[in-house]
Amino acid sequence: MASDTSWHPSASLKVIKQRASLLKQIRSFMNTREIIEVDTPILSHFGISDPYIESMTTSCAAESDVLLYLQSSPEFCMKRLLAAGSGSIYQIAHVFRNEESGKRHNTEFTMLEWYHAGFDYYQLMNEVGELLIDIGLERPDKMTYADAFKQTLELNPHTAATSELQTLCKQHGWDDAIDDRHALLDFLFSQAVIKNLEQSKPLFIYDYPECMSALATLKQSEPIVSERFELFISGMEIANGFNELIDADEQVKRFESELTTRSNKGLAEPPIDKDFVAALRSGLPECSGVAVGIDRLLMVLSKKDDINEVSTFTLGSN
Amino acid sequence: MATYSTNEFKSGLKIMIENDPCSIIENEFVKPGKGQAFNRVKMRNLKTGRVLEKTYKSGESVEGADVVDLDLQYLYNDGEMWHFMNKDSYEQCEADANAVSDAKQWIKGEEMCLVTLWNDVPLSVAAPNFVVLEVTDTDPGLKGDTAQGGSKPATLETGAIVKVPLFVENGDLLKIDTRTGEYVSRAKE
Repeated sequence: MASDTSWHPSASLKVIKQRASLLKQIRSFMNTREIIEVDTPILSHFGISDPYIESMTTSCAAESDVLLYLQSSPEFCMKRLLAAGSGSIYQIAHVFRNEESGKRHNTEFTMLEWYHAGFDYYQLMNEVGELLIDIGLERPDKMTYADAFKQTLELNPHTAATSELQTLCKQHGWDDAIDDRHALLDFLFSQAVIKNLEQSKPLFIYDYPECMSALATLKQSEPIVSERFELFISGMEIANGFNELIDADEQVKRFESELTTRSNKGLAEPPIDKDFVAALRSGLPECSGVAVGIDRLLMVLSKKDDINEVSTFTLGSN
Repeated sequence: MATYSTNEFKSGLKIMIENDPCSIIENEFVKPGKGQAFNRVKMRNLKTGRVLEKTYKSGESVEGADVVDLDLQYLYNDGEMWHFMNKDSYEQCEADANAVSDAKQWIKGEEMCLVTLWNDVPLSVAAPNFVVLEVTDTDPGLKGDTAQGGSKPATLETGAIVKVPLFVENGDLLKIDTRTGEYVSRAKE
């Protein structure tokens, strides 16, 4: 039974205007720093091999037998621009992730992605902090991934035995905790660590375990960590950034290992983006990049706890 | 019975947990941008009423429970079982004392009750939100005393005992809110 108001936007007009001013503030911030706005395609022949992200697919008449992928992030195209000599760039893009729906997730969402050439991830963290101040939030604190675990669970996430992690997961409500280190750490981090940090200010968590490196460089420290950071506000993940991996061979190795994981899990295996790999081979400048969830940032600014309340329209399948 | 993937979880969905039918109350999707997704699910065990929480790795499947809610008419109690009838199909079913539970003190016959069936057997019965029942036993009323304050117990025709104002007399018809078990007002019919 459709009610008369079903056509209405799910966000209030006040929040819709708030989004407009947030986007304006972001553009002005980037403009001041001479970071150029770019606009790359949403459709691609290549998906993402990350075992934890499901691409959405479609096709077009010209090649009806070929799967096209809706971008889950504008990362590959933007790195091709960087390799072509663009210098620092940013983009505000709609991205798509299948099977992600909930109060903080929408299958289609808005991402701010930017790359600062010549910056390492510490410098980029500072720049993200400046953006937060510009839009009226506080400068974030910083804490390593290991310290966050030590403070809340008195456990070292890099060295703890997998069985120990499994036992802890069971104590926190995951009865069928599996023998997968990455998944166990993800569960503990979201259900036991970040919730219990009692952090009122925005917080950067950095230096992630090696198994969570994706497209980040590794620090040859003891233990080895990935040079990656995430931003949390009130326990909600807002941004993810890292020192970009520029070694093409290492990148191909990671893609292949991810595809093996996908194959073992019975998941689709999208083709590796050969243009992105070729761009890496021709030389990606040293840089750091970060992806910011615009909808979630707007949830913080407008004090809403459901992503539907900051989106004009959604598929409404929550 | 069908199985449901965590992607299909939503409040009201009936699933089987450890051989008991449960109804999902809340489904929270948790996922780090670059990591494993989980569904944290709060549900009610429909047999015991107990609320429990469970975590699933997203994409896992759970067996569905054959649970339906039907509006059935209460017919009679044979001393052991309570008999209900579907007014459309005239099909009858019987519920035991466990399923009828609190509802039995409010129903006398012909009421439409919300009966929850699991594999076609009544699991629980909810009486109508409001019922009208006759007072069979209460201390004599004080004539003209309609002032606020003061209450006394009254036994109703179904055997239920409720607190009523002092002016209520034997033979009065009372409207009762079955959800709270409280007296609402006197009724004409």
